[in-house]
Amino acid sequence: MVRRITSSPLTLIGLVIVLIIIVCALFAPLIATHSPTEVNLQSKLEAPSTSHYFGTDEVGRDIFSRIVYGTRISLRIGLLVVLIAFPIGTILGAIAGYFGGGVDQIIMRITDVFLSFPGIILAMSIAAALGPSIENVMLALAATWWPWYTRIVRSSVLSIKNAEFIEASRALGANPFRILFKEIIPNSIGPATIQASLDLGFVILAAAGLSFIGLGAQPPSPEWGAMLSNSREILRDAWWAATFPGLAILLTVLGFNLVGDGLNDVLDPKQR
Amino acid sequence: MALLEVKNLKQHFITKKGFMGKKTIVKAVDGVDITIDVGQTLGIVGESGCGKSSLARSILRLAEPTSGSIKFNGEEVIGMNSNHMKMLRREMQIVFQDPYASLNPRNTVRQILEAPLIIHSLGDRKERRDLIESLINKIGLRTEQLDSYPHEFSGGQRQRIGLARALALNPKLIIADEPVSALDVSVQSQVLNLMLDLQQDMNLSYMFISHDLSVVQHISDKVAVMYLGKIVEIANVEKLYNNPMHPYTQTLLSAVPIADPMLKRERIILQGDLPSPSNPPTGCSFHTRCPIATKECSEIEPVLEEKLTDHFAACIYV
Amino acid sequence: MDVLKFVAKRLLLMIPILIGISMLTFAISNTIPGDPARLILGPKATPEGLESLREKMGLNDPLYIQYGRYMVGITHGDLGESTYSQGPVSSDLIRYSPATFELTLFAMMITLLIGIPFGIISASKKDRMADHFTRLFSLLGVAMPAFWLGLLFLLLFYLKLGILPGSGRLDSGMSPPHHITGMYTIDALLTGNWTVLLSASMHLILPGITLAAVTIGMITRMTRSSMLEVLQSDYVRTAHAKGASENRVLYGHALRNGVMPVITLLGMAFGHALGGSVLVESVFSWPGLGKYAVNAITYLDFPAVMGVTLLIAVMFILVNLIVDTLYFFIDPRLKHN
Repeated sequence: MVRRITSSPLTLIGLVIVLIIIVCALFAPLIATHSPTEVNLQSKLEAPSTSHYFGTDEVGRDIFSRIVYGTRISLRIGLLVVLIAFPIGTILGAIAGYFGGGVDQIIMRITDVFLSFPGIILAMSIAAALGPSIENVMLALAATWWPWYTRIVRSSVLSIKNAEFIEASRALGANPFRILFKEIIPNSIGPATIQASLDLGFVILAAAGLSFIGLGAQPPSPEWGAMLSNSREILRDAWWAATFPGLAILLTVLGFNLVGDGLNDVLDPKQR
Repeated sequence: MALLEVKNLKQHFITKKGFMGKKTIVKAVDGVDITIDVGQTLGIVGESGCGKSSLARSILRLAEPTSGSIKFNGEEVIGMNSNHMKMLRREMQIVFQDPYASLNPRNTVRQILEAPLIIHSLGDRKERRDLIESLINKIGLRTEQLDSYPHEFSGGQRQRIGLARALALNPKLIIADEPVSALDVSVQSQVLNLMLDLQQDMNLSYMFISHDLSVVQHISDKVAVMYLGKIVEIANVEKLYNNPMHPYTQTLLSAVPIADPMLKRERIILQGDLPSPSNPPTGCSFHTRCPIATKECSEIEPVLEEKLTDHFAACIYV
Repeated sequence: MDVLKFVAKRLLLMIPILIGISMLTFAISNTIPGDPARLILGPKATPEGLESLREKMGLNDPLYIQYGRYMVGITHGDLGESTYSQGPVSSDLIRYSPATFELTLFAMMITLLIGIPFGIISASKKDRMADHFTRLFSLLGVAMPAFWLGLLFLLLFYLKLGILPGSGRLDSGMSPPHHITGMYTIDALLTGNWTVLLSASMHLILPGITLAAVTIGMITRMTRSSMLEVLQSDYVRTAHAKGASENRVLYGHALRNGVMPVITLLGMAFGHALGGSVLVESVFSWPGLGKYAVNAITYLDFPAVMGVTLLIAVMFILVNLIVDTLYFFIDPRLKHN
């Protein structure tokens, strides 16, 4: 399996990108050349150079160092949101699919309601209601994201719930709880896991978008979306302030996408 | 002594077509009486779709029976509460047809065999390990193979693992639902012989479901023939194979190839398809395809009667 | 089954969803931390004053009564007062939605015109240069932060090159065309106002392409994989076997069935564009619902935010209904059962 993943050059690129981001997050103080928040008016709006790889912003903060520290914020958002949304969605989807009937109806109608909003809009209104902060953006995104997993898991549960090994388990006298967690869920979370790896990127993208409109990270936090928002004021004088944080977002989303696609190719027998 | 006694068992499914669609009732099992004695094997034969598997599932209450009575060791199974039912599941187990779908692909053989013991809280860690090892040897696999996953085994080996799982709780009755149909002929006899050996060792009773008459003949003491949810003939294996009484049994047997080119036999070919169990024919449900049917057959519903000693058939012309 | 029956059934099924949406938006509105009465009266309010205002606003009623009142309000088009514009939210929504509609429709047009042909080319030239290029392009599109792409476009085409306008819907000083649909390009076209049409079109280009970037990626990928599936199917192989030319196979046999599933994705793409418009409008100061919502957020104008949310959800549902109906017309199988 490992060889199959690494045999695709695109997946390999994705893995490398993700690895770089993780390294940046773990060793930010070692990699960053400056403090991410220290104001230095002497060196404001400097173009990229050997002392400031990505230039400086309007108060002289080093953009490279801010982007490096920003990986911590973005990774944390991506991981936490998926870690909240994935189990909730998975368990609800498994319950809906396995038990069927009224429970299924109720759960699925609720997901229908959530999915009838374009994701970013729902997250925006929840975050706006809770008040602007990173934590609230994470809550809002988790609240928007779980129904996707519910749908995916439910449909894979439906495809296996009448499998003979499930019946065997019932014939042995296993209770529904055991059947759900030992037999059904392990055999039906594959597609949802692939989705989750793609979502790590998409959550980061959405969080950056919300920060961009002022809902998430607040300045002077080195969050990429907030940095982009800030760069609008100095767009005319400092192209670098707008270019590099966006590039960081693009590469991060791309990295998780490539890894997710690679996983999909490996796990989906149809594509083999 | 009767270990399992099933009386007038019915299993009807209600299916609805679409959102506001019409309800149709599928009578998968429609009034079945069978008994299985200790240490005995009852074979059930019939075409696919005749309700054999539904019968198996409703006896085990994997699907809730609509009505009737199932007595195991004299105790009524239908309506039994869940704790009691769980205890009873140690006594009767099932082996499935598809050796690829009947084992959880994500568990090792050890986990698969340990599950029944954990579910019923049997033994401590060491006792469970010993039991699993003796089980795997009993079915002819090696202890080292315990930590492999199902996909690493052949179909016959998987089917034996399924058998081992059913045996883990030391049951008295095993319901085998087409256990060898998915296997190569050469492997079939291995599994059948293993089942016969185990029956000797553990004094097991089998309910053996198959569409293959020669397999059923090989393993059974008594054979029941099913058609559209009903038993049409039931007798000892010799009586049934030597003297089939019901026209349906006769057609089925006439289609079995015989390894004797000198023996000539008239082949009776079934007309048409199996009717839908949601809309069975009136009277005798076999009359639409029966070579000897008359007008009466579409009006009178025959009952299963003892036509000869211990030989029952449901046909007004026998 | 005929189309009317199909649409009627779908409309019926929409009712519980719409009720669900209203419940969800009501729930969100109720999560605002703090006491609305105190927010209005300020820190110097007396307990008696607070209490009487709460009573007057119905905040002391049980939740289901408050929800009932909210529902009655919605069905009468009452979405509350915007604290930012000082007017009813509903009239603000009416004012700002044509701009958003114009932008998203334009983006969808670009998406279809680029995405579907790219997908077809990519599939028919599988594993060749054109395929690799298209796949990279769509991959970048899907991963692209639209608001960043917008900033880059502004930087390049507006600030550096100065060849395209970077904000608003018309050149400054130009007055909008006679109001028919509220979409300037269409109104200008209908009234034959060519200078306004040119200006409005120029203003649409940058935000439109920015908004379309993501959906182009989605549609290209979907078209490619759906075309590939069809190209590998038995009937296409039969067509090859009987000696049909490459083009005849592609356009005569594969295209229709390959593109059909893409239509089901249009609704989702439209939803994506509606969501993305919030960010893109704020980059290009495009005076639509998104810009209005972002302003409202800045001024803590909560009724306005919820109004936009509700409206966009309803638009999204209607678009999906239209797409489904379209699909019903196109797929012969649906008509027969």
